[in-house]
Amino acid sequence: MNRAVLVMAALLAIALPLSLLAGRVWIDPATTPNAALILGELRLPRAVLAIVVGAGLGAAGAAMQGYLRNPLADPGLFGIAPGAALGAVTALFFGFTASAWLLPLFALVGAGGAMALLAVIAGRTGGIALFTLAGLMVASLAGALTALAISMAPNAFAMSEIVLWLNGALTDRSWREVWLAGPMVLLGIVFLMRAGAGLDALTLGEPVARSLGVDTNRLLWLLILGVGLTIGAGVAVAGIIGFVGLIVPHLVRPLTDRRPSQLIVPSALAGALLVLVADSVVRILPLVTELRLGIALSLLGAPFFLWLLLRMRKGLA
Amino acid sequence: MMLEARDLVLEDRLAHVGLSLRPGAITAICGPNGAGKSSLLEALAGLLDVDSGSIVLGDRDLASYQPRERAQAIGYLPQEHTVSWDVPVRRLVELGRMPHGDKRTEPVEAALQALDVEHLADRRAQSLSGGETARVLLARVLAGEPQWILADEPLAALDIGHQLALLKHLRRAADSGIGVVLVLHDLSHAMNHADRVVVLDGGTLAADDEPHRALAAEVVERVWQTQVEWIERGDRMALMPL
Repeated sequence: MNRAVLVMAALLAIALPLSLLAGRVWIDPATTPNAALILGELRLPRAVLAIVVGAGLGAAGAAMQGYLRNPLADPGLFGIAPGAALGAVTALFFGFTASAWLLPLFALVGAGGAMALLAVIAGRTGGIALFTLAGLMVASLAGALTALAISMAPNAFAMSEIVLWLNGALTDRSWREVWLAGPMVLLGIVFLMRAGAGLDALTLGEPVARSLGVDTNRLLWLLILGVGLTIGAGVAVAGIIGFVGLIVPHLVRPLTDRRPSQLIVPSALAGALLVLVADSVVRILPLVTELRLGIALSLLGAPFFLWLLLRMRKGLA
Repeated sequence: MMLEARDLVLEDRLAHVGLSLRPGAITAICGPNGAGKSSLLEALAGLLDVDSGSIVLGDRDLASYQPRERAQAIGYLPQEHTVSWDVPVRRLVELGRMPHGDKRTEPVEAALQALDVEHLADRRAQSLSGGETARVLLARVLAGEPQWILADEPLAALDIGHQLALLKHLRRAADSGIGVVLVLHDLSHAMNHADRVVVLDGGTLAADDEPHRALAAEVVERVWQTQVEWIERGDRMALMPL
């Protein structure tokens, strides 16, 4: 266990109880009526879901940056998040929202479709460049189909539902979403952890990694499964939440020895922390309607990305 | 264990190349640009799918080795000095143990020592100079205690002092029984430091002999299409273009 894990776990342990109390109504467990019910049925599942979704985003981001050997890589590049979004949008488009299970299931089918497409295109050769291009194409295809669904929405209500949903949120989520996403995200993180040693070897380039006995095909499959499960499940229950996977590894990297394998677990914890805190903040903000979490994180993430580019430009100049 | 290439064919790169390399010696692979040197080295390292022919290590086809088993036997150092993340030098060198799946520190320390980079062990990899990086990456190969070291232009981008120091390390490795195969551009280094020179020209074997025969002036003139003369001084030779 490294320092980053301890730091992030400690911060998470502090943030969780605070986030349970924070909200439009601040809860005092002693005096607030129905405090146990509000905490147990509303705030706790929402907080746990924030942790689950954030952990998946953080771990996937760290693994992606390691795999592509690029600090600007983001799980969205693989096309899995857009694929999942397309699945969910399809459900909304056709009004398949009678059962609360339908939308996440459609999203998972979308994520699975994107994974399968990636595997078919790039799975056999295992080349990183081909894989990245395939991911970009899957992402832009899913994005185009999503835009098509929005533009052809049967009515204004469906359209606004789709647009709202695309800006992810954790509002009104319950234990059902936790049970749906939790195991998948956990399994995904395990796959990503198993990819750690191979990612470390990739630090020296793909030929060296292969010469060290890394099976690049197996590594690719671990990545597809790991990112697919973490991101697919996350999008299925929370919609698109950008930038977490991009930012978090950067925040954590200075606390580690910078080997990709050492980054995955702390990034999961830091992603959990970031989403938990951001979700608490959007609850507290005195706005008429709650700010969507996806928008809030993009508002935070885009300036961070620009700052990162500025810093890299200085480094390169 | 012998390392053999049997009738290797790789489209547009190698045409029916056959070689039999013995351990405990330095073999230099030379040839003009595009002659297929790097492809031959990668094929010998088991990293290329060849169109026909085979690589044989010991008495088995290299393709039948498990990736880890192959990695334990053959250490490969490409020309590019890729280090994507700013990890500590010791962690980079430890990657050499990966094929063995152990965390033994003695081979890592020995490799750091052999290449005079112990004092850099706690430095960050991206803060090193080109010469330091080259030594650290070779230390990574040595840490794996391979029976064969295959290095692609390990002297490129090094100053003359570091070139000679690295050649000394490789000679020491060869003397300890390791098979060393180097792609070399500098024909004088090949002449002075290799036990054997393989000359490739257009994907075929132009010469495969002791250095003074494989790199004789008439071979260099024919293959590199350049008029040259070897100048002898003591036991050293220098190449002089005419």
